[in-house]
Amino acid sequence: MKYGLLTLALFIFSCNTNQKEPAPLEIYDFTGIEPFLNRDDSKTYVVNFWATWCAPCVKELPHFEKIQKNYTDDVKVFLISLDFPHQYKTKLQPFIQKHQLSSKVIVLDDPDMNAWIPKIDSDWGGAIPVTLIYNASKRVFYNRAFTYKELESELKTFLTP
Amino acid sequence: MRRSTSKFYHLKEIILLLFVLFSTLAFTPIPTENGYDIGDVVTDFKLENIDGKFVSLSDFETAKGFIVVFTCNTCPYAVLYEDRIEALNKKYAKLGYPVIAIMPNNVTTKPGDSMEAMQQRAKEKGFTFPYLMDVDQLVYPQFGATKTPHTYILKSTKSGPVVQYIGAIDDNYSDPSLVKTYYVENAVDTLLNGGLIEVSKTKAIGCSIKI
Repeated sequence: MKYGLLTLALFIFSCNTNQKEPAPLEIYDFTGIEPFLNRDDSKTYVVNFWATWCAPCVKELPHFEKIQKNYTDDVKVFLISLDFPHQYKTKLQPFIQKHQLSSKVIVLDDPDMNAWIPKIDSDWGGAIPVTLIYNASKRVFYNRAFTYKELESELKTFLTP
Repeated sequence: MRRSTSKFYHLKEIILLLFVLFSTLAFTPIPTENGYDIGDVVTDFKLENIDGKFVSLSDFETAKGFIVVFTCNTCPYAVLYEDRIEALNKKYAKLGYPVIAIMPNNVTTKPGDSMEAMQQRAKEKGFTFPYLMDVDQLVYPQFGATKTPHTYILKSTKSGPVVQYIGAIDDNYSDPSLVKTYYVENAVDTLLNGGLIEVSKTKAIGCSIKI
């Protein structure tokens, strides 16, 4: 755990006291991310890999937000950002604030991609967006973008009535 | 008499129509799901370069092979690798492995990758390699490229260019000084020395190709 549980509080120093301070980012290397991909409880986890520079990711992000709002009890959404470290302050935090993301945003900063990409899914070449949905009994990796309907119908296959 | 002639023409038309239909189907490229794998022979292409000329692999008669990079102007990862792609061409073109860069995005979706924008970027950065546009978006699916940047190393053989390596340029996109493994350089050096490539496939984050 190179960066370990290093939770960086990146504050935008501003004279404007009306503006709410951005929440600190949780930044991990892959070892730090792994626990979020392997929880073993009664919830279903929707893990989306995205970045503010990825247009199709930004386009589908509201669907994940909506899923989190509509399935509060049974589902936990993790938005894993692959933004560049030099843009955490300038792009990522303003984006989170502007869109008031309610899902949990986690930042993955681990340049040795060839080491960790295959651990997420052997078929993943590295293009984003991709999404992993899993629970204690099922795990599916989606190398694609979603509409809300598509995402919800996939999610429902994980939720037993 | 008239009736039979008209019937005959109908038949002829139907046959012609069937022929046209069949040939359309036969020559419509079937998108390969996974594209080329290591050891596959690459089908040559003819794509427009930023200087207006068309470029094919067969134009490089003395090339020992190629470093084909699917890249673009707009993807931040591709941008981080621009200088490294240029350095690869400077180092390896004279050794027989020129860089061939191909821009695979749909420019309607990504206007920042238009031919004019490609020309401008090449001028600003002083690219010395061909920067081609996959205007019909038919070449990248043949390779199976999914993102930018996405690199393929080919080796010239009697039966055509053969894929030797697929993947990333090196193992640190963000800081060239922190690179531990130079995947592409190691692979080309190995080919130049006649050895067997140790790491022939690697993975890296990139921007999905815009269709």
